[in-house]
Amino acid sequence: MSAAGPVIEARDLGRDYEVGGGLFRDPGIVRAVAGTSFSVEAGKTLAVVGESGCGKSTLARLVTMIEEPTSGSFAIAGTEVTPDRWAELRTDVQIVFQDPYGSLNLRQKVGQILEEPLKINRPRMTAKERRAKGLEMMRLVNLREEHYDRYPHMFSGGQRQRIAVGRALMLEPKLLVLDEPVSALDLSIQSQILNLLNDLQERLDLAYLFISHDLSVVRHVADDILVMYLGRPVEFGPKDEIFDAPRHPYTKALISATPSADPAQRRERIKLVGELPSPLAAPPGCPFAPRCWKARDRCRDERPAMEGEPHPAACFFPEA
Amino acid sequence: MPLLTIRNLSVTFATAQGPFRAVDKVDVDVNPGEILAIVGESGSGKSVSMLAVMGLLPWTATVTADEMTFDGRDLRALSGPARRRIVGNQLAMIFQEPMSSLNPCFTVGFQIREALKKHTDMDKAARQARCVELFEMVGIPAPERRLKAFPHQLSGGMNQRVMIAMAIACKPRLLIADEPTTALDVTIQAQILDLLTALQQETGMGLILITHDMGVVAETAERVAVQYAGQKVEDQEVQALFDTPHHPYTAALLAALPERATERRLPTIPGVVPGQHDRPAGCLFSPRCRYADDVCRGTEPPVQPDALGRARCHYPLHAPQEAQA
Repeated sequence: MSAAGPVIEARDLGRDYEVGGGLFRDPGIVRAVAGTSFSVEAGKTLAVVGESGCGKSTLARLVTMIEEPTSGSFAIAGTEVTPDRWAELRTDVQIVFQDPYGSLNLRQKVGQILEEPLKINRPRMTAKERRAKGLEMMRLVNLREEHYDRYPHMFSGGQRQRIAVGRALMLEPKLLVLDEPVSALDLSIQSQILNLLNDLQERLDLAYLFISHDLSVVRHVADDILVMYLGRPVEFGPKDEIFDAPRHPYTKALISATPSADPAQRRERIKLVGELPSPLAAPPGCPFAPRCWKARDRCRDERPAMEGEPHPAACFFPEA
Repeated sequence: MPLLTIRNLSVTFATAQGPFRAVDKVDVDVNPGEILAIVGESGSGKSVSMLAVMGLLPWTATVTADEMTFDGRDLRALSGPARRRIVGNQLAMIFQEPMSSLNPCFTVGFQIREALKKHTDMDKAARQARCVELFEMVGIPAPERRLKAFPHQLSGGMNQRVMIAMAIACKPRLLIADEPTTALDVTIQAQILDLLTALQQETGMGLILITHDMGVVAETAERVAVQYAGQKVEDQEVQALFDTPHHPYTAALLAALPERATERRLPTIPGVVPGQHDRPAGCLFSPRCRYADDVCRGTEPPVQPDALGRARCHYPLHAPQEAQA
């Protein structure tokens, strides 16, 4: 297996959905994700941030091969992803969902939950081997082995999220997609899970695609950040550059809107007027133009490309 | 004179597994024009204590308090109709999920006018005018048109503004906002928080903000009450709370914030919040507390004086003599 090269490389990834329509009416097209390019190396974390409706979760569905992209392409560890290769590649990409109460089957014991991926993908493995692997995983995610035969309802939210992480790691994936893994958890539990994810990454050299709307969590975990707005990437760069010198006005507004846990520092917030436009009626120019305080005529007519130094941003009049 | 005074409030729910105490001996004081934040994790009883004030708890709940006065009136002694004249009028609440708190069968305008009809003697035209004025106050564009919209036709942020407009329709003296921004995006959250503080300054009402987000607390509150497992464990001015927390739980909670982290590994609080059947004797936080000893595990802690943040703890942190040493 080649260690060099990114674990995932996406080029111009896009996904459209047809909505509505009928006998006499053409369906509308929703561009859930468009023109998204990124790459993640082993042992690194790429955080995807943005508000609801920006295409974060659709991106997760594309990367985990739940859905097929309608444009663009991506490669997992150098292997080009096409639907006929999904079955073999899917074991390399696993996902942890937001809500640990909804994502575990409450009729299955923890042991069954952990062993199920092996049953399906490693049919030649014996029951004994599976159990040994399951117990090993319990230790890895800091759960007690004697809980192997318990049901999910006997666990707290934090423990359930550990089970979900454990299940995702059973097939030894290279890339773990974390879709808002801590936003359903209380603050005191959140730090336990973030520490666990950090330990696992160091130990197993995993690549993370960390999807979140919480910038204070992202600032802690990410190496690189991809900011999305209305299905399009608006800025992509190293964490420190994004936080210290955001180039896109939306990134700047997002950072300024995130409340800081320091009462002494009540900053002047950038007030964005209005809300996210409907993806059905996306503006022709820059998607952010209707809410941007710097927008000019050019922004409303022409779509800016992701470009510029030191890191790319989709804006005609970048901040820095 | 304080607007709301509550002493020793306890709420017990009768459940199939026996009584469950959701709120345990909580004191609340709010002055006119003050912003009090109540913070705590899920299950800390922050919403239940405020629902008890509003009188909105189901019949399974038993509410006891030594004192519960709003604006000089004893809320415990009020009859149902008398309480309903206050609730929604001088005492209003914004609920957590606007999508499920608004009635999907009626237009938002109808739902706001209902509050005005009940509590004021305005005529129809005046009510309509007031609705338009309220929508303008909370920043909803094209008010006349939006008043005719049903909740499902509006976004989450817009619905939350409708909830706020409804709550402030009768110019309440005290507004209780229960997680008003939790379901919203950060840029919308910023708009709503600015709106609430602006309204509070404009009208001089008291505001109780229930939240679990320390960032929201730091940016909006003046005073903070921290709740844990149904008890109030600390009560301090916001700056002092963030600088010198006196209760170990508050300190641990603040340390666990990712943005306060100094290294890659975050400090954690081991264990979980005690549930109905595993409530410890003595201090409720003792099984998770790194400073706990046998005294903590055996005896219920006293409430410390104001100077120590009214911490419910045997050994409050940052005690004055400790600071000098």
